[in-house]
Amino acid sequence: MTLNLIVCVKQIPMVAELPWDEKTGTLRRDLAPGMMNPACKHALEAALQIKDKFPAKITVISMGPPAAEEVLRESLAMGADEAVLVCDKLFAGSDTFATSMVLQKAVKKACPKFDLILCGAYTADSETAQVGPQLAEELKLPSVAYIEKLEISGRTLRVRRLVDNFRETLEMEFPALLTVSMENYKPRYAPLAGLETAFRDKSITVITASDLGLSAAAMAAKGSRTKVRQVFLRKAQKGNILLQGAASSVVNEFLDKYQSKIGAAIGKSIESRKLHDET
Amino acid sequence: MTKHRKKSIWVFGDYRNYYQNRVTLQLIARAVELAKVIQAEVCALIFGNDIDEWIMEYTAHGADRILAIDDPALKNYSTEMYLAIIERLAKERDPDIILIGATDFGREFAPRLAKRLKTGLSADCVGLSVDEKGLLVQIAPSFGGNMLAEIVTERHRPQMATVRPGTFKEIPHDYERKAVVERLPLMKGLPKPRVRLVEYERSVEKEHTIENASVIVCGGRGMGNKEKFKKLQELARLLGGDVGATRPVVYAGWADHGALVGQAGKHIKPKILFSFGISGAIQHTAGLGEAQFVVAVNKNPQATMMKMADVAIVGDASDVLHHMIKELKKRIRE
Repeated sequence: MTLNLIVCVKQIPMVAELPWDEKTGTLRRDLAPGMMNPACKHALEAALQIKDKFPAKITVISMGPPAAEEVLRESLAMGADEAVLVCDKLFAGSDTFATSMVLQKAVKKACPKFDLILCGAYTADSETAQVGPQLAEELKLPSVAYIEKLEISGRTLRVRRLVDNFRETLEMEFPALLTVSMENYKPRYAPLAGLETAFRDKSITVITASDLGLSAAAMAAKGSRTKVRQVFLRKAQKGNILLQGAASSVVNEFLDKYQSKIGAAIGKSIESRKLHDET
Repeated sequence: MTKHRKKSIWVFGDYRNYYQNRVTLQLIARAVELAKVIQAEVCALIFGNDIDEWIMEYTAHGADRILAIDDPALKNYSTEMYLAIIERLAKERDPDIILIGATDFGREFAPRLAKRLKTGLSADCVGLSVDEKGLLVQIAPSFGGNMLAEIVTERHRPQMATVRPGTFKEIPHDYERKAVVERLPLMKGLPKPRVRLVEYERSVEKEHTIENASVIVCGGRGMGNKEKFKKLQELARLLGGDVGATRPVVYAGWADHGALVGQAGKHIKPKILFSFGISGAIQHTAGLGEAQFVVAVNKNPQATMMKMADVAIVGDASDVLHHMIKELKKRIRE
């Protein structure tokens, strides 16, 4: 029996440029060059490793602007079978509440008979780690976050993870949702030939708001719960003290000045030699 | 419940280990401050088995009310059980705010809870206040802490946030304090959890991850070669910290992928960051937004990393590292 796997991937903006919409306080994703979120890539790798062992079909779903097509093509090149882009202006500025609602509808439309959904544990841009668990809640699925390893036997899924200094082994039955940490499942490289095929031959299914029965009114009612009032750059107040000289003397100078600070951070006492010699 | 009861700020009692419990105490302390502004009571939730210790502790640290369910079925943490319990309690009592520590558990549990209660949630907040309208203002980091967002939940209740450990300071305990302790029976008809805990163990050694290490020693290509790079381990060990790496170094095989710091890797927030032989490409510095004190070592005083530093040491990275280790060995007292 073929396992139906869904991987949710997100395109995140490269940090080289961070264009913000001053008015709405949200990111102008349309203006930034994109890349696949690293944790999502680990989730895709986990799915690919399942496919290496069992007959499986991988559907990748991404919600984002038209440019997010690129991360879907990259996923196809890595070995995914189908790709779905959930894309509509109505979805812009969605918080995790709205995003998980839209993804739920997209999953039900594009791949309703799934066995397992894999998401990255968090994204490197907003870092909420909320969409995975909220999608599980939308679909009323058992879910486990931050998994490092998974095993499948029959319809049972066994996962391992490290949370809050506890090593846990958990089990559940399909269908289920997991979010994948970056501790394991190092992503494979897409073969060049795969990239060519993915960009030339494969097609991507596009799903819009109206395909999901979502109007502007529905998005207003069922959509975002939180509002970003403003976004600001964290002020970095750095000391900018420059030390130079021979390595040994500059190290001494540095430690004489900052050893108490370092000591406080590591919870040990650091004493300068001079002080020690005198006592 | 009467209609005109007091507003309530709920704090989820996350007590499974010492670190999680401290976050709970910190949140109670902040809730006490917020409660003064919006005239609310602070209510701590405690679900578990044999929980008197926590009832006493949360009372002593500032809670006005405790909602406790003590039952063998709650012996282990269970997202699904807690969801079902809080869903019922929240429908009955209508809390204004729910605060949950941004522990691993909290960050897995809170999103599902917010979804179930059909309300908003902000993640890993580093600030909480109340505005003139009485709304909870939540300050959440993004882009590796390089950006901060001010978030509100305007129309839905409860207002929910997970809060980064260490953001607030707990109130010193006072065992004379009194709280209304409501011991509730475990509700009937809760769904059976579908996720089964097969086994768990407390990690024996303090298994910290690079994301929560308080000292990190990062190295880049300027370390010269793999052997010299490995010496960073020694400094990290001396300081009880972890080693981080830049992308070129990981690609060169000097360090594991797990050590990668930056946009494609880990975002770190150490108290002290040592940066050896790193020029400071944006792909790397994107992960450093929350390092409190930065010490950079580089031959080139004009390198971006040197300009981002609190202390910039000009010199050969490997050379300075060698002397740093030597000197620290002499100076560190256990």
